[in-house]
Amino acid sequence: MKKFINKIDDVLIESLSGFASAHHDLVELNTDPLFLTRQHKAPNKVAIISGGGSGHEPLHAGYIGYGMLDAACPGHVFTSPTPDQMLAAAEAVHADKGILFIVKNYAGDVMNFEMAAEMLPFESATVLTSDDCAVINSTYTTGRRGVAGTVIVEKCVGSLAESGADLQTCKALGDKVNSRTASMGVALTSCTVPAAGRPTFDISDNELEMGVGIHGEPGRKREPMREADAIVQDVVSAILDALKPASDSEALLLINGFGATPLMELYLIYNTASRLFTEHGIKITRSLVGNYTTALDMAGASITLCLLDEEIKQYWDSPVHTAALRWGR
Amino acid sequence: MKTSFILSASESIRDAILNHESELESLDRAIGDGDHYINMKRGAAAITELHAELAALTADAALNKIGLKLLSTIGGASGPLLASFFMSMAKVLKEKNDDTTTTYAAAFATGVEAIQQRGKAGLGEKTMLDVLIPVAQQFSTLASANTEINAICYALMQTAEEGMLATKTLIATKGRAAGLGERAIGHIDPGAKSCQLMINAVCNQVLSSQH
Repeated sequence: MKKFINKIDDVLIESLSGFASAHHDLVELNTDPLFLTRQHKAPNKVAIISGGGSGHEPLHAGYIGYGMLDAACPGHVFTSPTPDQMLAAAEAVHADKGILFIVKNYAGDVMNFEMAAEMLPFESATVLTSDDCAVINSTYTTGRRGVAGTVIVEKCVGSLAESGADLQTCKALGDKVNSRTASMGVALTSCTVPAAGRPTFDISDNELEMGVGIHGEPGRKREPMREADAIVQDVVSAILDALKPASDSEALLLINGFGATPLMELYLIYNTASRLFTEHGIKITRSLVGNYTTALDMAGASITLCLLDEEIKQYWDSPVHTAALRWGR
Repeated sequence: MKTSFILSASESIRDAILNHESELESLDRAIGDGDHYINMKRGAAAITELHAELAALTADAALNKIGLKLLSTIGGASGPLLASFFMSMAKVLKEKNDDTTTTYAAAFATGVEAIQQRGKAGLGEKTMLDVLIPVAQQFSTLASANTEINAICYALMQTAEEGMLATKTLIATKGRAAGLGERAIGHIDPGAKSCQLMINAVCNQVLSSQH
């Protein structure tokens, strides 16, 4: 393992300290318990809190700021955070309009956020993201996993909350965006969890893992490596099967890198995917290309399609100012 | 139940976990992600550190505190599951406020129910519940029949072992091994193993305190 590390146990806190210091105008880091909030508490809005295992940066702390999250709770690498973190974060950011948790659908995350919600002294609701259409049952959970589509949910719900909408309205938009979003990933290499010191799975130079999850957990199947167009075609087909969009649908296309695939290749994937979706009568009117939900140092990418309507478009386009997404402001 | 019993039982549990490091690790590497032993050890160590504080509490308050501590230390899925168990158990002890075997059996059964609800899982899914559900049922049956405590302990240890061994032939539908399908057959579930170890440790603690 060759990584920039001082001490294995300090990797997370040193990285978060660097993040907080680089973006001191946006975020504030609390170390015990561990959570990050906006630098300036937003008054009079539903507080949006997310969190999950670390290793997916910029998810979730990179999305703290105007038009997105109020707080994020990072767990150990690929391990759910605990309810004390969520409770402290909620205490810090609540503004009398309730708390909305945005949680990726993994057993550990679901249970920890569920317990936090039960112990919370104020009103809360939860949006569970489950956009990964690769597998029905995965190593980590029963049901679809929450992956890169979570970013779209956090963006839209965050902007709606900024407008002063109430808790149930925010939850409803989150559920709607999630139900209209499907993702699937492909891994070309494994990732290496620092504490483990060795790759999570073995994969040879002439293989790919189709449908991989964002922790390197297995997907649909191990397949031979082939040219990009053929790989993208299979992912696009899986997404179309999952969403069954009407022709003439308008959509957002997100090409997400897993951490070790260059932007050059991500744009190549975008080129093919947008052409294929267009051939199916889908109008790609919004796009996002980059590393938004990573799996440490895994090489690979995921493709996410979100079917837009006027409401989703409005809140996707609204201004946002976070470390990882910024426009209109 | 005396708080001193909870403290000595938690020491026995910690020793049982530490003494089975290689077994728990290899079970979890086979069908999980290899961190079960580390998580259990971290939880046990956190409870040991808490002993002085626990000693000053009533039994139900001590169990509740143990649950909260596990909740903030273990993380993942085991944290909330074990925490739900201890916190629900504490609630029953507090409500009933007596010192009978039927109360303990009811508290245990309520704790196991809390795990079922939290994990949305039941019998035969290759999880800790394959040990806990039969043990809870037998504990309640034997307690309401006024069975003598030593006999209850021997019976529960036997049932826990059978439940743990039975997970070997199951396909997992919940928990970490759920994606493996047939590949999980032939391996004992690590969560079932650690629960069996904990039940064994507590029963042995009861038996030795009877002498």
